[in-house]
Amino acid sequence: MSGNAVLRLSGVERDFTMGADRVRAVRDVSLEIERGDYVAIVGPSGCGKSTLLNLLGAIDRPDAGQVFIDGRDASALGDREATKLRLTRIGFVFQRFHLLAALTARENVELPMAEAGMKAAERAKRARELLDYVGLSGRERHRPPQLSGGEQQRVAIARALANGPAIMLADEPTGELDARTGAGITALFARLNDDGTTLVVVTHDEELAGAARRVVHMRDGRVVRDERLRAPAGASASSPARDR
Amino acid sequence: MLLRLVHASLSRHRARTLLAVLGVAVSAALLLDMVMLSTGMTESFRNLLLGRGFQLRLAPKGTLPFDTDATIPEATGVIAALRESPAVEAVSPVLGANVHIPRPGGTVTTIALGIDPTVQGDYELIGGRDATVAGETVVNDFLLRQLGARVGDTVTVAGGYDPQLRRFAGERRVAITGRARFLYLAREEGALAMPIAALQALAGPSRTDRASLFMVRARGGANVEEVRQWIERRLPRVSAISTETAIAQVEQRLSYFRQLALILGSVSLVVGVLLVGTLVAVSVNERIGEFAVLRAIGVARARITAQVMLEGMVLMLAGSLGGLALGLATARYLNTILSRFPGLPEAIDFFLFQPRAAWTALGLLAVAGVIAGAWPAWRGASLPLAKTLREEAP
Repeated sequence: MSGNAVLRLSGVERDFTMGADRVRAVRDVSLEIERGDYVAIVGPSGCGKSTLLNLLGAIDRPDAGQVFIDGRDASALGDREATKLRLTRIGFVFQRFHLLAALTARENVELPMAEAGMKAAERAKRARELLDYVGLSGRERHRPPQLSGGEQQRVAIARALANGPAIMLADEPTGELDARTGAGITALFARLNDDGTTLVVVTHDEELAGAARRVVHMRDGRVVRDERLRAPAGASASSPARDR
Repeated sequence: MLLRLVHASLSRHRARTLLAVLGVAVSAALLLDMVMLSTGMTESFRNLLLGRGFQLRLAPKGTLPFDTDATIPEATGVIAALRESPAVEAVSPVLGANVHIPRPGGTVTTIALGIDPTVQGDYELIGGRDATVAGETVVNDFLLRQLGARVGDTVTVAGGYDPQLRRFAGERRVAITGRARFLYLAREEGALAMPIAALQALAGPSRTDRASLFMVRARGGANVEEVRQWIERRLPRVSAISTETAIAQVEQRLSYFRQLALILGSVSLVVGVLLVGTLVAVSVNERIGEFAVLRAIGVARARITAQVMLEGMVLMLAGSLGGLALGLATARYLNTILSRFPGLPEAIDFFLFQPRAAWTALGLLAVAGVIAGAWPAWRGASLPLAKTLREEAP
């Protein structure tokens, strides 16, 4: 594992049982992702992209192989350690935003910070900064149903950045958005990465994939091509989204 | 944030939350009423017996006070004997008899108590003054209404009726000097009290120097049980009954009430637990996807479980507080109905509010709410994350 790698997969396998069939979702995948990189994982539906993302985010465990996240072997972690790792080192952005409808935008962003034990005043200040960063200043008291899809995804991105993660993982972040709104999210992701956030995005969106610095192509659970488009970004000391 | 999430969750389906709270309130009210019923009569009876400070009652050997017409002879001697003990502070003799008061339109037959007005423990004066000498009496309001009389009036009282000779043993004019509330008699039961010597004379030779019972007050610090044993040794013709013994006998007679209360109370507790358990389980099933998302972003399983259990506890507590008000109102209404039961002392309550018992019952419900929510909460927070996210996330 190179000194700057924030994620490393080594010979990872993941199978599922669907009825009587055994589906090999991820087959012998080995991958290293450097700090400051922006990786798009692309491929046809059912090729194992989301399963790979779940493995990268310690949501799922491999049947074989190892997953190192920020230097820790996630495949050997118990539930409590894996949960803490997700809370402090990983940010998740989902296709359908998955915000809590009863909470305001700011409260949704505060949620991971509260779980991490941050004091109320501090987390309220940071939530405002993050909402401002993603372009939602003035919308902090709105609840998700009062926000557009693009705005909700921005709140979800701010939530993912709440505890200053080492890496942000996004599963089809523009999948529920129209082209124009999706372009806004693509631009925000590019800015995030330029400011030093390490990004791994699973997507069918060519525009979003085109904004990445590296594109990993998958088919039938395997990595079939790995393209380096640009060098990873350096860290920006002034961004509220930076790795804390 | 945990409380905010609980609030958000409970406010999401307001009608359902309200119905759940109402359901728990009804269950809690029933539980509270059953707790009050199971202990109320006994405690009320204890308060009644100890209210005037007499811890011992002396009745003719082998009987309970006023259970029979039997009387204790040589009442003066008994009082003197009791006063031999330095542990005895006061002795109150009581003679019970039926007396007859002729009025225009018929004779009113009523209960008369012969007492020592200086130490009596049978009534509270609520108007006028006490009957201190022969020729004076205090009566209760029911009898006043029966007689159509007022305090200050004079009536003729006859006693010791002999059905064979068809005549009274004694008859005299007595002045009504006061109104009294008789502690051990029912509200709808006429009664009067007069000095014991006057009633003994009125009731005839069979009641001369006799008493139906003696109430004994032991001095502070005295061992009541030792006093009781001393009395039974000193006066072999009487049974000395302590308040505790009397209460034990009452409890024995009221065991049906307690069993009923226990069964209905348990049923209401189970209903409350099932209600909250069902609601929490439904709520968890609806939010499995939400929990998966929370787990994915790093919220601990224990935190989610705590949140759901807290929701159950809030439902139970809110319902229990509503149940407290509802239970007290219901108990008051039922007490009004049951206190009209014929022959029951006016001062007896069926439902007696005892804060400790009430809080125990409500605390039990709150704990039950937490337990009811525990299993669905843990189940909801423990589902496989990746699979649940894929299949259930909202």
